[in-house]
Amino acid sequence: MCLSNMSSMTVCEKVLARASRRECVSPGEIVDAYPDLAMSHDNAYLVHQIFKETGATKLANPSSVVIVLDHRVPANTVNSANTQRAVRKMVAELGIEKFFDVGIGICHQVLVEKGLAKPGMLIIGTDSHSTSYGAVGAIGIGVGATDMACIWAKGSLWLKVPESIRLIVTGNTGKGVFAKDVALAMVSKIGSMGADYCCIEFHGSYIERASLSERFTLCNMAAETGAKCAVTPREILPDQNARYIKTLEIDAKRLEPLVAMPHSVDNVVPVTDIEGTRIDQAFLGSCTNGRLDDLQVAASILEKKRVNRNTRMIVTPASMDVYLKAMRLGIIEKLMRAGAVVTNPGCGPCLGAHQGVLGEREVCISSSNRNFRGRMGAADAKIFLASPATVAASAIEGKITDPRRFLT
Amino acid sequence: MICGRVWKFGDNIDTDVIIPGRYLDNYSPEYLAKHVMEGVDPSFSSSVKKGDMIIAGRNFGIGSSREQAAVALKAAGIQAVIAESFGRIFFRNAINQGMLVISCPGCSKKFENGEEICIDLDNKVIFSKKDESCKMSFKELSPIISKIYSAGGLVNLLKAELGQEGQKKA
Repeated sequence: MCLSNMSSMTVCEKVLARASRRECVSPGEIVDAYPDLAMSHDNAYLVHQIFKETGATKLANPSSVVIVLDHRVPANTVNSANTQRAVRKMVAELGIEKFFDVGIGICHQVLVEKGLAKPGMLIIGTDSHSTSYGAVGAIGIGVGATDMACIWAKGSLWLKVPESIRLIVTGNTGKGVFAKDVALAMVSKIGSMGADYCCIEFHGSYIERASLSERFTLCNMAAETGAKCAVTPREILPDQNARYIKTLEIDAKRLEPLVAMPHSVDNVVPVTDIEGTRIDQAFLGSCTNGRLDDLQVAASILEKKRVNRNTRMIVTPASMDVYLKAMRLGIIEKLMRAGAVVTNPGCGPCLGAHQGVLGEREVCISSSNRNFRGRMGAADAKIFLASPATVAASAIEGKITDPRRFLT
Repeated sequence: MICGRVWKFGDNIDTDVIIPGRYLDNYSPEYLAKHVMEGVDPSFSSSVKKGDMIIAGRNFGIGSSREQAAVALKAAGIQAVIAESFGRIFFRNAINQGMLVISCPGCSKKFENGEEICIDLDNKVIFSKKDESCKMSFKELSPIISKIYSAGGLVNLLKAELGQEGQKKA
């Protein structure tokens, strides 16, 4: 089987074959894979509790372990403060060198920005948006705390080799249409479970031209299709006769600005369908869309304008690096002068813990990745997902607004 | 064979509904169990009993990788979740906790809320206790999943594995 398959592997299969020390792998096979990086965030606390329970005392591969405190930073409760302190103590005890304390940024952004995530790597993370590492040509897979404890203890984890889906994105986007809109089109096309257990491999002229930040947005949102991982191939390329269970196409030039309506990410409509929906909060940030280009487009829309008096706008840069660059370029000042509240880097209000929790029946337009019921606060609050441009335009009007009105 | 009372839920019960992010600063299973499913059924945590089971529609547990979703359900007493389909990470987390998870297309329409059902793992069949002719078969658990479940979770497997390595070295 191996011989015939050796020259017909997808990117994901090549990466998993190398990581499991095999010449080749096929979809459906169970492999014991050794990740190049094993990332945890605040939940490293839980990973450590389970790690100790297994009887392990030292890390199998200390240089692979990365910890980034980002979810509730700086600590939002006494419990958070206590567990973060425990993580710092553990980092010292176990000799974890790749540790990023509060304020450095969102885990996925930090791994990419610091150059830790590299093409061809297998990166396992205790975060569902670990698919993001596909932006640099790595295979990123999300797991829970017990699976991570297994990696800490043994250096490896069992994985099923996924089928790959080829998604070809062609063409240039028109005015007011961004990578987030392409991502929403992808989730809408595939559905919230259409890529269950699969790897989405991106191809096409749009992907070839896309920036790192744009590829990040696409691979990040691939998680919302049920995909196990996603990749924009860099360095490790698929074989010419690689096998895909299906090939899908998106023509970027035909897309309009899109919005995912409550309470599922695949509930996507053109922004024009729901223009005028009143909003209480506009959130710009998250691992999906909290980077420099996202802040920049929002600032260009908000410059010399005001956030609507009935709306609050929260901006959370994805990392310290993004924050500093945005400050130097005057982007932060433009956003603040327009009335936005700029928070420290981190996951911010995306996960509903702090920094902009939604009250009962409140409505939020957000550049983040999930609009599940109760995610950002009250169970009856509503979350609409859109691009940073749509978020900024909506913040000005206090209602969902087509960003093309503000773009020249 | 394991039997229990059914709690039925619909499609897309995501991890934010199972346990919202604001409760995740506390890792105590008992605390998490008090808030489990409150977004969709506020009475669930006070009414659920040890040994109960969940039957749900498509996509149960989609979303976040938070293992606390499986921990909370298990601590609340849920011994098995049967669904049309699962979120990938939740499925792994649940099995790792030693909680039975079974993909069973058609099950969500077959059984009623509150009824007693039994799962016969050997014969791969789920049936109603009061009418054994009302039954659904499911696909055999894969060898690795079966191994983890039989061990009572991944931690137990690891303990055994790491213990053996320790002995080898000694």
